Amino acid sequence: MQAYLGIDVGSVSTNLIIQDQAGEIIASLYLRTMGRPVETIQAGLEQIAQALPEQIQICGVGTTGSGRYLAGVMVGADVIKNEITAHAVASSHFIPEVQTILEIGGQDSKIIILRDGIVTDFAMNTVCAAGTGSFLDQQASRLGIPITEFGCLALKSTNPVRIAGRCTVFAESDMIHKQQMGHPVPDIINGLCEALVRNYLNNIGKGKEILAPVAFQGGVAANAGIKAAFERSLGIEIIVPSHYDVMGAIGAAMLAKEELVGTQQTTGFKGFSIAGLTYHTKSFDCQGCANNCEIAQIFEEDRVIGRWGARCSRWDILQEG
Amino acid sequence: MNKVTFPHMGESFRAFKMLLNDMGNEVILPPRPTLNTINLGVQYAPEFACFPLKILMGTYLEAIQKGANILVTTGGVGPCRAGLYAELHKKILHDLGHPIEMIVFEPPRLYPLNFIRNVYKLNHAKLSIKAIIERIKKGWRKLQALDNAEKLTHIIRPRELKKGTTTQKYKQVLEWIDDANTFNDIIEAETVALEELHKIPQEPDRLVVKVGIVGEIYVLLEPTANLEIEETLGNLGVEVERSMFLTGWARDNTWKETVEGMTVKDAALPYLPELIGGHGRDSIGNTVLYAKRKFDGIIQLAPFTCIPEIVARTILPAVSKDYDIPVLTFFLDEQTGKAGMNTRLEAFVDLMKRKKLKNNTKPQYGHPPGHLFN
Repeated sequence: MQAYLGIDVGSVSTNLIIQDQAGEIIASLYLRTMGRPVETIQAGLEQIAQALPEQIQICGVGTTGSGRYLAGVMVGADVIKNEITAHAVASSHFIPEVQTILEIGGQDSKIIILRDGIVTDFAMNTVCAAGTGSFLDQQASRLGIPITEFGCLALKSTNPVRIAGRCTVFAESDMIHKQQMGHPVPDIINGLCEALVRNYLNNIGKGKEILAPVAFQGGVAANAGIKAAFERSLGIEIIVPSHYDVMGAIGAAMLAKEELVGTQQTTGFKGFSIAGLTYHTKSFDCQGCANNCEIAQIFEEDRVIGRWGARCSRWDILQEG
Repeated sequence: MNKVTFPHMGESFRAFKMLLNDMGNEVILPPRPTLNTINLGVQYAPEFACFPLKILMGTYLEAIQKGANILVTTGGVGPCRAGLYAELHKKILHDLGHPIEMIVFEPPRLYPLNFIRNVYKLNHAKLSIKAIIERIKKGWRKLQALDNAEKLTHIIRPRELKKGTTTQKYKQVLEWIDDANTFNDIIEAETVALEELHKIPQEPDRLVVKVGIVGEIYVLLEPTANLEIEETLGNLGVEVERSMFLTGWARDNTWKETVEGMTVKDAALPYLPELIGGHGRDSIGNTVLYAKRKFDGIIQLAPFTCIPEIVARTILPAVSKDYDIPVLTFFLDEQTGKAGMNTRLEAFVDLMKRKKLKNNTKPQYGHPPGHLFN
């Protein structure tokens, strides 16, 4: 049976999925990147290969996320796509009439506006990562609560507490202030959820027309407290798709399929065996001009397979050979 | 000996160098801004000043290190603070112990005496008035030649068969225009340059989307300030048209190509009836004109903290909605990262291409994306 592989390498998580021709998800994997994308990608490939039925043949690969180029050259991706397109494509597959996508990941958050199945507008957080998954992670561990239970605790709140949400530093001081005043933890967590939602809608959502159906995806969509805060604030029911945490990877797989069907080409996938190869990165300062770009080179065994960091095309790699 | 320098804006230095040389000045070429320029500028400029002030600060300091002692720049009228930057630069440079002279050109129509006095100061060759006018005309012609060559690269780059050919060829033809020093040589160099660019092998059937670039003049004209956005877009298969050139070439065309023969000011009128300084009103007017000319999208470029562009930015969503044209804004400064910009540009290009494919009755290649999954 033929299937497509999608890989989303984000700041916090690395996700892999396998999708069959009909669009069904055969296998999916959500791993923590832990600052080691190369090892995580290799471990992910190994694990997902074991979970697959024998007769599955990968006929296309797509990568996305901030580590998409790295993942792309490692596995031989057919498509290397930005997260916005990937999320939009995946979301309209599961919810064809979706008009708004709220996506909150580890380090970035975005809003995507669609009309008639086509992206018409989008925005990503620019100057600040306040209100993204990393901050929630950090607060959960400070309070000694597993992140998986964090959101549900917010739902137990009975008394709203207002937390300053513009900046994570202020939010944390404010949370500590409220905690020292004796407010119970569920109220504080609920206040934090509301602050993050307020921040999101005022910054990323500014000037955007948020119409139903609204999909909420990305790792933070697991947080029931945030979902409830969005619903209260927007007065619209929020849909969390069943594969909310791996939507980027699903989008990448779908885009790979689209590309290969469109161009009639065969996949450049190097196979799951690359999990056993060694990869390392070396960098040097280019002396070509006064920009002194720091060029990173990634090696597969002893061969350079990718270079980045240059402001010009001097160090571009020819795809052949 | 007087050694003259001036701000670096794209390739325009080639024309200014020739003009100042003709008038008998030794020219210290402003170095192409690099990371070092920006670091130097940021170190000596107020933090909340806008990006052009910082880059120019760095440029001046680098040119002074190379021996420049006269800086020629422009002033400005209206509410934008850039009009004061020449004075501010002068004060900072004097405080740093560089006894430079600053020659500031104000708009000649409003300040004719200032113009004549400044020209006199720079006229070391003691040219006659007639000769000066002729040299200015020649310099202007060179600017036009440079703009025309650049404009053509914006059309060819998204269609080139082999990535990077246009950029490479462009670098070569710039030198030809640079070497031409008489009026006739400039015209000949321009003709050959355009011919050579036209010879670049292209793929005619490729799906190319058209983007209009609007915003503040310095970040529009200096590729270092906008992280080479035009080249990046060209490589993503986008034909760009910039709303501003030093010679105003594109703007004249824009007027002619719209059915109503509208000016930028007329086009902006329903949204912004006032001059708000800088190029805020132009950003809105040009967006309207590009939309009328059926462009696929607009990118607004602005220096971080630029008030006129912030005002324009808050009005553009209304224009975007009225004309059904997507608008993407970038506020640029020394903190702007190229990776984040590329992600947004890629997404923006996908958005435009998918919209275009959906609207096209006959698909341009293969299967129209999206139909597989709907």
